[in-house]
Amino acid sequence: MDILEIRDLTKTFGGLTAVENVSFRVQEGSISGLIGPNGAGKTTIFNLITGIYKVTRGEIAFGGRIIHDLEPHTIANMGITRTFQNIRLFKRLSVYSNILTACHGNASYSVADSVLKSRRFRTEEKCLREDAVSLMEILGLAEWQNHIAHSLPYGLQRRLEIARALAVKPKLLLLDEPAAGMNADETQQLMHHICRIRDEFSCTVFVIEHRMDLIMGICENIVVLNFGKKLTEGPPEEIQSNPQVIEAYLGKEARIGA
Amino acid sequence: MDWFYAKGILILSGINLMAVLGLSLLTGFTGLFSFGHAGFMAIGAYAAAFIGVNLGLPLIVSLLAGGLVAGIVSLFIGRFTLKLKGDYFCIATLGFGEAIRLVLDNVQVFGGARGWPGIPIRIDLWNVVLINLAGIVFMISLVNSRHGRNMIAIREEELAAKTIGIDTFRYKMISLFTSAVYAGIAGGLVGYYTGFLQPKMFGMTKSTELTIIVIFGGIGSVSGSVLGALLLTALPELLRAFALWRLVAYGVAVIFIMISRPEGLMGGKEITFRGILRAVGFGHKHSKAREV
Repeated sequence: MDILEIRDLTKTFGGLTAVENVSFRVQEGSISGLIGPNGAGKTTIFNLITGIYKVTRGEIAFGGRIIHDLEPHTIANMGITRTFQNIRLFKRLSVYSNILTACHGNASYSVADSVLKSRRFRTEEKCLREDAVSLMEILGLAEWQNHIAHSLPYGLQRRLEIARALAVKPKLLLLDEPAAGMNADETQQLMHHICRIRDEFSCTVFVIEHRMDLIMGICENIVVLNFGKKLTEGPPEEIQSNPQVIEAYLGKEARIGA
Repeated sequence: MDWFYAKGILILSGINLMAVLGLSLLTGFTGLFSFGHAGFMAIGAYAAAFIGVNLGLPLIVSLLAGGLVAGIVSLFIGRFTLKLKGDYFCIATLGFGEAIRLVLDNVQVFGGARGWPGIPIRIDLWNVVLINLAGIVFMISLVNSRHGRNMIAIREEELAAKTIGIDTFRYKMISLFTSAVYAGIAGGLVGYYTGFLQPKMFGMTKSTELTIIVIFGGIGSVSGSVLGALLLTALPELLRAFALWRLVAYGVAVIFIMISRPEGLMGGKEITFRGILRAVGFGHKHSKAREV
């Protein structure tokens, strides 16, 4: 079954067409990849899916429902969350507060409840705190819980951003270049984490990445973009040997001696 | 210094504190700067005085009603300005504050620019303290709930707040509404303490004073706002001996604090009972100041 379906998606900024007639599907429970050279429109597609940009033409359906005219927070609450290419944590808050804040959707007490410290407030707040603690443990952030987010090493900041996204209990998790700036070891660890997240949180993962070892290592299906258009789509082995993809990344084969 | 004089300063601090608590939620916790909060004070002041004098309702009811009127006006303002980004919201509030003052200057029903004398004096130290205690308890409960955390998330990173499912517009409205209610109640207190209202009391100077206190006390700290309001209201009075130079000294004191402690007195930290116990040698080694 497809959890996400994109049909003839177009986005223009003034005279510039960032994404043009792109269509693809993401299968439920899969780890899928979105690749392409710089400026191909990958992040724009993420921004369109999460409702940060408004769609110019075309449709985005999530679990069969059209979502492209909804507000970002509504889309998030329906089950799509993301991380950002340039990390956007709540910088001055602790690791724990970052995750706790994102758990908010699992509570429904009112302002009056919190002032009166009603039973509802106490039980729900306790649940939120337990959720936050268990998420920190699963992602190996527990020992850092009182550290301020922006003081963490880079790799951990990335991991914290994923943890914060998972706190919303997403059905579809969008990762925008999660391995950017990581060394080989950290990338290996990250690949391991992504696979575990898919299994343990039973969500679908859709990832933008330039690191081909990561993409080829974990993705079941890969969509390739070039200059805002879809170039091709398929499983890793197929993409690796596709001449169009090689051309988009490396240019045409030069004829030596001609 | 006799008690009557000291009591007067304490009451004025309490009145300022009420307005500052509200502004602290908006500026300190939600990250929205307002230079028009004196406008909400003015609305609350005139509404509370009108309701108390003409309808003969008890003090607390008229104060709450004044706060509510200010809050309702803030919803209209927020509806149109909270979609604006950062600085533009700030400029819109500045315009709002001045507009309210000018309207009151020119509408003759409440005495216009000459002012409105003869409001019954009903404020004493004890009721100001009680109202402020209630205000502080409410504010602390709010910022420590999921609602408060959502507001802090907006201050820290609005886009990320949206992508974890926080309705940022709604929470900005709640924050603005609450802070306007606080300012309105503070305005009501002014009227019932001085017995006289004049639009000029609620000009730009008042708005900036409130913002200065919030920043001086520390962004994102309720106890910082309390300290700031007490210190900065008392300071110009303690400096009366310097006559004309006292406001210069006041300015220098504020600049000195901002240079030596840019995060404000308490910046993001709170004074807690556990912290006090630890400071005097009791209790466990728990964090003295809790991160917000």
